[in-house]
Amino acid sequence: MSKHWRLETDATGIAWLHFDHLDSPVNILSHEALEEFDAILEQIDNDRPAGLIILSDKKSGFIAGADVKSFQANTDKPAIEQHIKGVHRIFQRLEDLSVPTLALIHGFCLGGGLVLVLACDYRIARDDESTRLAFPEVKLGLFPGYGGSVRSIERAGPLPALNFMLTGRSINGRAAKAMGLVNSTAPERQLMAAAADMITRMPHKRRPAFYHVLLNLKPARGLISKYLEKEVRKRAIPEHYPAPFALIDHWKKHADDPRAMYASEATNLANLLSGDTSQNLIRVFFLQERLKSLGSGSGFKPSRLHVVGGGIMGGDIAAWCALKGMQVSIQDREAKYLSKAMGRAHALFKKKLKKPRLVQAAMDRLMPDPKGYGAAHADVVIEAIFEDAAAKQALFQELEAKVRPDTLLATNTSSIPLETISESLKNPQRLIGLHFFNPVAKMQLIEVVHGKDTAPELIKQGAAFARRVDRLPLPVKSSPGFLVNRILMPYLLEAMELLSEGIPAPAIDQAATDFGMPMGPVELADRVGLDICLAVAEKLSPFFNLKVPEKLETMVKQKKLGAKSGTGFYSYKNGKAVHEGSEETLNTPRDLADRLIFRLLNESVACVREQIVEDADLLDAGVIFGTGFAPFRGGPMNYIYSKGVEKELQRLQQLEQLHGEQFSPDSGWAELKV
Amino acid sequence: MTESTYAKPVFIVDGSRTPFLKARSGPGPFRASDLAVAASRPLLARQPFLPEQLDEVILGCVSSGPDEANIARIVALRLGCGDLVPAWTVQRNCASGMQALDNAAQDIASGRSHLVLAGGTEAMSHHPVLLNNRMVTWLAHWNRARSFVDKGRQLAALRPHHFQLIIALLRGLTDPVVGLSMGQTAEKLAWRFNISRQEMDSFAVTSHQRLDQAGKEGRLDEIEPIYDSKGKLYEKDDGIRPDSSVEKLAGLKPVFDRPVGKVTAGNSAQVTDGATVLLLASEQAVKQHNLSVLGRLVDTQWSALDPSQMGLGPVHAMARLLQRNGGDGSNIDYWEINEAFATQVLACLEAWKDADYMQQELGIDTPFVPIPQERLNVDGGAVSLGHPVGASGARIVLHLLKTLQHNSAKRGIASLCIGGGQGGAMLLEAGS
Repeated sequence: MSKHWRLETDATGIAWLHFDHLDSPVNILSHEALEEFDAILEQIDNDRPAGLIILSDKKSGFIAGADVKSFQANTDKPAIEQHIKGVHRIFQRLEDLSVPTLALIHGFCLGGGLVLVLACDYRIARDDESTRLAFPEVKLGLFPGYGGSVRSIERAGPLPALNFMLTGRSINGRAAKAMGLVNSTAPERQLMAAAADMITRMPHKRRPAFYHVLLNLKPARGLISKYLEKEVRKRAIPEHYPAPFALIDHWKKHADDPRAMYASEATNLANLLSGDTSQNLIRVFFLQERLKSLGSGSGFKPSRLHVVGGGIMGGDIAAWCALKGMQVSIQDREAKYLSKAMGRAHALFKKKLKKPRLVQAAMDRLMPDPKGYGAAHADVVIEAIFEDAAAKQALFQELEAKVRPDTLLATNTSSIPLETISESLKNPQRLIGLHFFNPVAKMQLIEVVHGKDTAPELIKQGAAFARRVDRLPLPVKSSPGFLVNRILMPYLLEAMELLSEGIPAPAIDQAATDFGMPMGPVELADRVGLDICLAVAEKLSPFFNLKVPEKLETMVKQKKLGAKSGTGFYSYKNGKAVHEGSEETLNTPRDLADRLIFRLLNESVACVREQIVEDADLLDAGVIFGTGFAPFRGGPMNYIYSKGVEKELQRLQQLEQLHGEQFSPDSGWAELKV
Repeated sequence: MTESTYAKPVFIVDGSRTPFLKARSGPGPFRASDLAVAASRPLLARQPFLPEQLDEVILGCVSSGPDEANIARIVALRLGCGDLVPAWTVQRNCASGMQALDNAAQDIASGRSHLVLAGGTEAMSHHPVLLNNRMVTWLAHWNRARSFVDKGRQLAALRPHHFQLIIALLRGLTDPVVGLSMGQTAEKLAWRFNISRQEMDSFAVTSHQRLDQAGKEGRLDEIEPIYDSKGKLYEKDDGIRPDSSVEKLAGLKPVFDRPVGKVTAGNSAQVTDGATVLLLASEQAVKQHNLSVLGRLVDTQWSALDPSQMGLGPVHAMARLLQRNGGDGSNIDYWEINEAFATQVLACLEAWKDADYMQQELGIDTPFVPIPQERLNVDGGAVSLGHPVGASGARIVLHLLKTLQHNSAKRGIASLCIGGGQGGAMLLEAGS
C-alpha cells in the first residue's frame, strides 16, 4: 500500500504510476515518497508490465523537487551524503528497469523531479507556458543532486546542461525538447495518447550530437571550465556563492567517469548544503514562502485595478498588473500625461510576452483613462500621484465618492503618513498603503502599510492583491519611511558622507558589492533618482536625526538627478554608469564597508525594536526582497545573529567612537542580547 | 411622430468614437479592431454595468484585416466581454455602421436583447493590396511543381501582368455594375443639378470651419484618445484644415473626370481610419441599470435607387422615413447628411426641394420643407473629418444626438448615401 502513489495497469498492460503526494499541494520527493517509489519500482521489475508511465495527479505540476524543509538546518555532512547516494540508487533502479519507462510532464518539473524524469527512457512535456522545467538548485546555493548533474549532461550535452544548471532558469516543453531534455511535446488533449503511443513504439532514444561528446573530453573541459568560470564570475564570487564554481569544478574533474561523478556530486552537495550560503538561501526561500502565505485566506480576488497617476511609478504599476492579467485603468489629469506610461507598458509587454497576440491582449487590459471612469468598477484603487498631502487628500475624497464601498483604497506614497492622507476620507480607516519599489517589474516586494486602526482584513486584502500580481507582500506599520526606505536611508547617507570625505564613488560601491549588495549605494541613489532620494531624506531626517547632505541638494538644484537625467554621481551612457572622476585608487579606509553596513544594521535593530514589521524574520525578508540585501547572508538580523550580537555591537561602538553619533547603537541592541 | 417600425422603444444611452485619422502613406497605426476597442473601452468603463452584461456586439465594417474575420466578435473578446457575449458583423458599404445600429435596434425591439454595443469601424489605410487571379493561379502551380525542371518551367512562364496588383480600396470605391467610381457618380449629380465648382468648394470650406469651431467650443467630447504602441497620443481628427479657403481649393485638380471635372480631393470625403460605437438599450435595461440616455432611435428607413446616382440615396430614405412618420420635415430640428462629396450633399438639398424630382422619382406630390444649411451638418462632416466607411453611419447618429442635446432640441434625422445606389436614414429623438 502506498500513500503517495497509485499504480494502475490499463487494458494494454501498461502501468500508469500516478504521483499524488498526501497532505501537500505539490508533489515533493519526501523521504517517504522516495521509499514508496523504490518499493513500487521493485514490484514493477517483478511484474514486468508492458511499460511504466509516470505522471502527476496534481493540477499544478509534476514534481516541485526535493523536500527542501528536510535540508533546513541539516548540516550533518555524512548523513546528507548518504541520503543523496540513496536517491542515486533509486533513480538508477528506475533507469535500469527491464520495462520501458516514460514520464508525462505537466506544470512544474523542478530539481529532483527533473532528475527523476531524466532517469526514464522517454519524456513527454505538455505543450503550454505553465509547463516549466528547471534546476533551481543554484538559487539555494546548491547544484542538482540526485544525479541531476550527471544525467542532464548525458541527455543534453555539457554546454547546454551546465548553462541550464548554472543559471537555474526555467524552460517550457518546446525549449526542453530542443535541448534534448524531453523527447516530444503534446497538447493536454493528446498527452495520454502520446504517452501510450511512444511507450508502445519505443522509438530510438536521442543522443546528444557527436560534438557534445568531444566537449566532454578532458582537454575541452579544461578550456570550457575556464570560460564558464569567467562568465559566472561576472555575476557572483565563490566566497559568496560557491555552488556554481563547485559545479564547474565537479564536471571538469570527473566528467569521464560516471561513478566518480556520482560520488563527487554527493560529496559536493554535502559540503554546499552544510555551508552558510546554502543554509541562508534556504532560509530566504522559506521567508519568501512565508510572505506568499500572507496573501492567502482573505477570499479577496481582485480583478479590476484603477491607478491614478501616470508617472513612472503609476505607469509601471499599471503595466505590471495588466501584464499579470488584471483589468487596469490608468488615470492622469490629461490624456497626454499617459503617453509615456502607454509606451513603456507596450515595451514591457513586448519584452515579457513576445508573442504579438499576448502583447495585444495585455494592451487591451490596460485602459488609458484620463476621465477616471475605471474607479467605479475597480476592486483596488492605487494612488501614485506626486508627493503632496493636500493633492492626495483631495483625490481620495473624490475617489471615495466614486468607488464601491468594498473597493480597496491604497496609496503608493513613500513619505506621507497614511493618517494624513486619509484625513479627507469619511472612513479614514479605509486607506492602506501599497508601496511598490522602482523598478516595479524587477522589485518583488510590496509594503502593505497599515495604521493603528487598520482592520486586519484590509491588510490581508492588500497582501492578496500583491499575490494576485505575483509580488511579495510585507505588512508594515505606518511610520516614516516604512521599513525599506528607512533602513536604506542611513546607508545611502553614509555613502554621501564618504563621498564628501573624498572617497571616490566606485570605491564605495565596490565595498558594498564586495559585501554582497547587488549594487553600490552611490549608483543605487543615481538609479532611484537623486530628487527622490532627497525628498525621502528630507521627509525622514526630522524623525531619525539624519543630516541631509548639501551635495545632494546642490545636485538636485543643478538638475543632476541620476540615471534618468544622464548625470548624477556617475554619468550614464546607454544606461551604464561611467565614473568621470580620477580613477586613481585612493587609500580607501579599511572600515569602508563596515561604515555602510553598520548604519543599515543599526537601523534594522531600531525597526525590530519598534515592531515596524511583525518580527525579525519578516524584517530580513523585507530588506532582502526590497533592497536586494545580500541574500546569501540571510538578511541583516540573521547576519547580526550569525556573527554574534555582542561582537557586532562592539564594532558599532567602535565606529561610534571613530566617526560620531550616527553610529550610536539603537536601544534595541540591548533587547537582542536577551 | 411616435409611429415606428420598432415594436418596442429603443434607447441610445451613450456613444464614443476615436479621432478620425486621415490615411497618409501606407497603413496607419491602428487596425480596425484596435480602433473599435479604443472607442468602446471608455464607453463601457463609464457604464454602471460590466462588459459581460452586454447581450451582443454588432459592428459594421466594409473590409476588415485578414486577422479580423467577424471583427465584432474579436472586438467583443478584446473588450473583456467574456466568452459568452455573441457578436456579429454587418456590411452595407458606407452605411455599415448605421446598419449595425438598425440591427441592434431590431433585436431590442423584438425583446431578444436589452443591452447592445453597436457601431462601426474602418481602417481604410489598411485595406489590402491583392494579387491578381493570374498570379494566384501561377503560385498554385509553383507550389505543385516538384522537380527542378518544373520549377524552371514555371519561372519562365512569369510575365509582367502577373505582378499587377489590385488595390482593394480603389476597387471598393468603384461600382462594378455601372462601372463608375463613386467620384464619377458625384460628377453626374453635379451635372444633373448644375452645381458649380465654387459651390462645392465653398461647402467644403464651411465643413472645415464648422469642425474647427466645434472642437474649439468643446462639442467633440465624443472623441476618446487613442495611443499607438510607442505611446504616441491621437486625440483630434487630423484631416481638418481650418485654414482652408475657396481660393486654395480652387487650385486642386479634378480627380475622377480628368481634366474637366469638378470633384476634387478637397471637396470630397477623406480616406480615413476611425471607429464609432454606441450603446443601445431597451426600456427594461434603462430602468434596471438606471441609465441616463442620450435619446431614442425612433425609426429607420433603407431605400434604393439608380447606382449611378447613389449620392441621392438620402433623399429617398429620408422621404420615406418622413412619410411614414407623418411629417413634412418642419419639426426636424437638426439634420446630418454624410458628406461623401460636397456636391452630393448639395444635390440632395436640390432634389429635396425639386418638385419634379420628388414627383417622378418618389411619387411625392406635396414637397417637404427645404433643409436649411444652418441646421445641416452643423459641426462639419466627412469632407473635414473623413469617412471611414464602416464608421460614418454610426458617427452621424451619435453626433446628431449630441447636437440635439447641446441645443436642447428634440428631433433630428441622420442619413447617408450608400455606394451601389442606396440610402439610409434614422429618425432620432433627444432625451428619454
